[in-house]
Amino acid sequence: MEKFTQVTSIATPYMRANVDTDIIIPAKHLKSIKRTGFGEHAFETVRFDAVGNRVGDNVFDSDRYKGAKILVTGDNFGCGSSREHAPWAIAELGFRCIIAPSFADIFAGNCVKNGILTVALPQAEVDAIAMAAEGGQDITVNLEDQTVEVGNSKYEFDYNAAHKHMLLNGLDSIGQTLQASAAISAFEEKQKHMTPWLYRA
Amino acid sequence: MSGTMPQTMYDKIWEHHVVEEREGGVALLYIDRHLVHEVTSPQAFDGLRAAGRKIHRPDSIIAVPDHNVPTKNRHLPNPDPMSTAQLTALEANVKEFGLEYIAIDDVRQGIVHVIGPEQGFTQPGVTLVCGDSHTSTHGAFGALAFGIGTSEVEHVMATQTLVLKKSQNMRVTVNGTLPVGCTAKDVALAIIGKIGTGGGTGYVIEYAGSVIEGLSMEGRMTLCNMSIEAGARAGLVAPDEKTFEYLRGKPKSPKAGQWDAAVSFWKTLGSDEGASFDTEVVLNGDDIVPQVTWGTSPEDVAPVTGFVPEASDIQDDHKSASLEAALKYMGLEQGQAITDIPVDRVFVGSCTNSRIEDIRAVAEIAKGRKIADRIIEAIVVPGSGLVKEQAEAEGLDKILIDAGFEWREPGCSMCLAMNPDKAGAGEHVASTSNRNFVGRQGPGARTHLVSPAMAAAAAIAGHFVDVRDF
Ligand code: SF4
Repeated sequence: MEKFTQVTSIATPYMRANVDTDIIIPAKHLKSIKRTGFGEHAFETVRFDAVGNRVGDNVFDSDRYKGAKILVTGDNFGCGSSREHAPWAIAELGFRCIIAPSFADIFAGNCVKNGILTVALPQAEVDAIAMAAEGGQDITVNLEDQTVEVGNSKYEFDYNAAHKHMLLNGLDSIGQTLQASAAISAFEEKQKHMTPWLYRA
Repeated sequence: MSGTMPQTMYDKIWEHHVVEEREGGVALLYIDRHLVHEVTSPQAFDGLRAAGRKIHRPDSIIAVPDHNVPTKNRHLPNPDPMSTAQLTALEANVKEFGLEYIAIDDVRQGIVHVIGPEQGFTQPGVTLVCGDSHTSTHGAFGALAFGIGTSEVEHVMATQTLVLKKSQNMRVTVNGTLPVGCTAKDVALAIIGKIGTGGGTGYVIEYAGSVIEGLSMEGRMTLCNMSIEAGARAGLVAPDEKTFEYLRGKPKSPKAGQWDAAVSFWKTLGSDEGASFDTEVVLNGDDIVPQVTWGTSPEDVAPVTGFVPEASDIQDDHKSASLEAALKYMGLEQGQAITDIPVDRVFVGSCTNSRIEDIRAVAEIAKGRKIADRIIEAIVVPGSGLVKEQAEAEGLDKILIDAGFEWREPGCSMCLAMNPDKAGAGEHVASTSNRNFVGRQGPGARTHLVSPAMAAAAAIAGHFVDVRDF
């Protein structure tokens, strides 16, 4: 996994609340058995009209926000399904960080696994950052310090310590967990004794 | 075990499964059960192969295809080559990794969240995961069950654990008694209408109160299923005699020699008297009215006796912008009566409402009636082959077919537009599924979430009606 320490870039403002995973990547595109190729369909209903023509003023294709590595968006972002295709698609659009008032739990967990940082800040602060994004200002997100800097403003955010460690070091989470193999086996021995019906013969 | 502090059911199940505590409320949590389907697993199997890793406990997994399977003409080749590729990949992967597999032509095949309980694989007190957000369904049995992404699917396969931060405890108590004509689906929608789709974010919800105790296991599954629509990680109902009765004799339930020990253990799982919850929500069941969603988020819900909201009712700017966008997509007017919304297509099915009780509810309304002329298609899709068999044994299929419904093979069907069952652009769909998102049932399709009885009544009337008037 790619490390995340600090990102400085312009940001794409997409200020809708309750952006669900079907908006991020519609179900009909989940049929691939690969991890790639979802970016072209990301936010499809926002970027294309019913007959497949590109919607002119959409923020995801606009030259204004070309090269943005940060997405600024509304409350409860990523609600809906558990599909990891959502962060895969977002990553392919070039985003490394998403700033919103809140995120759906499963979506936020999926982001970590893909090197994407989710930053939750109060609505008023997100609104201020979105304004700066519309103005084309550079935004710096620093994971080590857990801060977002825009112009003269600096915002601090909370972040899960375990996830921070993984992102900062770009760790493979399975490899990490396998270091606890002895503890897992010990747990199983104890559980086999206490609730034997959970183990098939 | 920790000392004498009263614990919630969630606290207990969590504590039973901690392998290692980490800092900041994070733990390495043991996972007992894992359900696998074709959409969110291929990349996980690939990851294992690439790293040369094995599946830690193949006996903890059941795999079944559900999302992509057609619900008719199964004897013909799947019309979609990409669906076929996904289904074939699952078949090859279960063979390679030695997993139990319920194939498409097996009578037990169906939606993962229907077959888990049917097989007795879902049990009180277990941790159960699946690469699907509606895994919360299994919480009806007092299992800590939640959806995970594909990387986590791979993580569980390789390690039998997940690194998780403990959620907070929320209790939703529904007191009183549910009026006739109201179902678990209406309770679920009323709760989401009250707390919002983000209301449960960061929580595990325990459902309690006389209404919940009164629900059948099917009803509890419907309710827990939609916990995720309130943003919650999982839903839980304390196991009781109904739970034990349901599980008795199921193929994977504890066998005779272990049954009594299991039941005694299950009885210890409920929240202790005086356990404290971070948030409490209380509803009066007597006030619940059949619900219909009018927008593009499950929180966009109104009683069937109500109206589409007006922008002037909404304070928050972000929300009123969402209202406008939602109504434009749905082709509805502010202030429109819910019963004035026409219905073009009807879908009864999905992991929310495809169990025997749901099919019975539809048949009861449909009996001796005909669906309205304007209905393009009304399909009833049982959640599993076993539900289908049971319904047919009761003659429900005949009643439905006589009324003009189509009776299909089990699968996710029109819950999401991934298989041949889709709704057309601009069509209003009375749907018993769980998500009314933009494009969920097909590009431009307009989904209205309702209970099975309300869907049946809408099919007969050609618009939404109060099923209590039927
Ligand atoms: S029925 Fe719908 S919600 Fe349930 S598992 Fe299938 S697609 Fe997901």
